[in-house]
Amino acid sequence: MSFFTSLGPYASFIVTSYLLVGFVVAALIVWVALDFRRQKQTLRDLEASGITRRSAQNSGKSS
Amino acid sequence: MSFIDLANPTRFLALTARVLPWLAATTTILLAIGLYQSAMAPDDYQQGATVKIMFIHVPNAWLSMFVWGVMSVAALGTLVWRHPLADVAAKAAAPLGAAFTFLALVTVSLWGRPMWGTYWEWDARLTSVLILFLMYLGIMALWRAVEDPSRAARAAAILTLVGAINIPIIKFSVDWWNTLHQGASVIRAGGPTMDRAFLIPLLIMAVAFSLLFLTLHLAAMRNEVLRRRVRSLQMTQASRQAA
Repeated sequence: MSFFTSLGPYASFIVTSYLLVGFVVAALIVWVALDFRRQKQTLRDLEASGITRRSAQNSGKSS
Repeated sequence: MSFIDLANPTRFLALTARVLPWLAATTTILLAIGLYQSAMAPDDYQQGATVKIMFIHVPNAWLSMFVWGVMSVAALGTLVWRHPLADVAAKAAAPLGAAFTFLALVTVSLWGRPMWGTYWEWDARLTSVLILFLMYLGIMALWRAVEDPSRAARAAAILTLVGAINIPIIKFSVDWWNTLHQGASVIRAGGPTMDRAFLIPLLIMAVAFSLLFLTLHLAAMRNEVLRRRVRSLQMTQASRQAA
């Protein structure tokens, strides 16, 4: 007997619930990871064009 | 490192870089254990196998309220101490809270159809959670509508604290009104009424989802700190170009 049939007559409701939760959690993880990459890339581009934060400039002077 | 040191965004970024891999690994392991325990749990004598939906519905329902609690504490940090990291914490939590509330609503609906005979009932618990979901969307819209982050933070903080009145309404709605939704069976005076065969998988899943929120919240806060740095540099760039 497969796991799906062991869930009885309401298997579709149970499986849909778990799939939906899995999809939304995966979407949140992907969204957070992509946002991180985008922000880091934009920061790198800005710093490469000579725009730096004041704290970075100060630490550069002191070193 | 003292607690107040973490309020410094640079130190916060360093901390998240160290902590996030461990948190993500612990969350993954606990989720795997929780899912296995949920799959192996016996059928309930009344609900049958649909009791398995509870193992994902209840953690999401708890988190839907807990995240608003986190936002309320952050709102106090914004209004009382005017700390930018409190703004960041509140803003990063809102989409996560909205997602958990959405999942709580959909899973109760998918459980309700076979058990109650309906996907939806306008009872006090379901309606108050739907209002919570709409409030999350409202907070997210407010953050996007106001360009200045500190002004948006103050407006969102006031709305968050006003909306916090809905949390005890949700919690006690099953006691105050005659609802289709069942009463509390885990966090209640006199202890849980649930059998250990269901309670243990439920608690493991609750801890796993709480850690999932903590991991995603720290990661989203890190992203928001970086976004503000980007915004600051872009303003510097624009002022240089204008000069």
